[in-house]
Amino acid sequence: MQDVGVPPGYRRQLYRDDAVVLRVQKLGESDRIITLLTRHHGRLRAVARGVRRTTSKFGARLEPFGHVDLQLAGSPEGVGSALHSVSQVEAIDLYGGTFLADYPRYTAASAIAETAERLTPIEREPSLRIFQLTLGALRALAAREHDSSLVLDAYLLRGMSYAGWAPALAECAVCGTPGRHGAFSVPAGGSVCPDCRPPGAAHPAPATLGLMSALTSGDWSVADAAEGPVRRECSGLVAAHLQWHLEKALRSLPLVDRRTGP
Amino acid sequence: MYEGAIQDLIDELGRLPGVGPKSAQRIAFHILSADPADVGRLATALRKVKELVRFCTTCYNVAESEQCRICRDPRRTEESICVVEEPKDVVAIERTGEFRGKYHVLGGAINPLEGIGPDNLRIRELLARLGTGAVKELILATDPNTEGEATATYLALMVKPMGIDVSRLASGLPVGGDLEYADEITLGRAFEGRRAV
Ligand SMILES: [Zn+2]
Ligand SMILES: [Zn+2]
Repeated sequence: MQDVGVPPGYRRQLYRDDAVVLRVQKLGESDRIITLLTRHHGRLRAVARGVRRTTSKFGARLEPFGHVDLQLAGSPEGVGSALHSVSQVEAIDLYGGTFLADYPRYTAASAIAETAERLTPIEREPSLRIFQLTLGALRALAAREHDSSLVLDAYLLRGMSYAGWAPALAECAVCGTPGRHGAFSVPAGGSVCPDCRPPGAAHPAPATLGLMSALTSGDWSVADAAEGPVRRECSGLVAAHLQWHLEKALRSLPLVDRRTGP
Repeated sequence: MYEGAIQDLIDELGRLPGVGPKSAQRIAFHILSADPADVGRLATALRKVKELVRFCTTCYNVAESEQCRICRDPRRTEESICVVEEPKDVVAIERTGEFRGKYHVLGGAINPLEGIGPDNLRIRELLARLGTGAVKELILATDPNTEGEATATYLALMVKPMGIDVSRLASGLPVGGDLEYADEITLGRAFEGRRAV
């Protein structure tokens, strides 16, 4: 393995971790830059050499959305800004393959991966909960037990709670009065009571807020039973709430195919 | 940093895909020391490619007239269309000599993470070509990686209800690779052994 990208004076170490592949980008003639969400070392980018050659056995394991076991070379403490490189990779579960036969699931997986990047803004800062949440969401998507749109919305809602900006659902976002209030305002932070309701607040169907709570708490019997219009309204509010809190809009979210997969 | 023209050249070269700062510098100094006639030919080629080459109005392959050479060829059947991501993939498949139909160049692959959805590719144009009824077979020859497979899945979803046979290149092309790196024999075999999807 060619030793590249290490600033002089820094020692290059080998270390192992398991990770979810979030993004794969072309680099030069035949290399790729892989964005990984690792279990113990947070999100990091690593270069994988030669993987675009069709003779590479590596390539298939480093496609998006796979759960892989890796040996990486670089400084695990992140000294310097040099890219780490992938020196070995073994597949644990290559979820990507299962999504490819199902376009809605593929687009949902893309939105999960892009959100995972945004929820881990600082490279190499360990974020075990986001790792577990992301791996769990991809696993659920691959298991095909629930509609892909619901799995995505559950991931976005829980990711927002980890980040500290979950929409208020069981109390007024402004005054904290408990109860399920009928109005919903993204700028105010979720459902709002009649006294606090700002102009322009939405009035979603009560079942929509019920679905949002069910997805947040993992009550799948309620979530799976939700009707189409309720699911669509929920997806709209979740997306609006997420975009409000992210500096830059997610590119993949508007491209999610919400038609019900097989 | 160098002064003026040489640094401008290094900067421009450095913006090319696959050219890092060191390569850009090496190429720039090579050009500086090269024979003026050679450099003149390079400059002319660069200018001409933008002046003369356009995209075929039927298949979006590169062309020097309204239509590309393949679309103009009367010996090639209208019944079969092979869908590829880029013009370089047309070249790769032409080398195998396995295909006697026409092409459709999408201009990339669906990649939601980069904000590329079906509307950013020449998919609407493909569906319009298929709508005429002349096409009986669609071969999906997008790259054997995640974006290429996802694009093939999307196209199959859209095209199958139109009653057209849709097939995908057979495996043998390792996942994660680029079509352009497959050798002729492997690609030819993948083409011959294409499977209905
Ligand atoms: Zn209130
Ligand atoms: Zn043409």
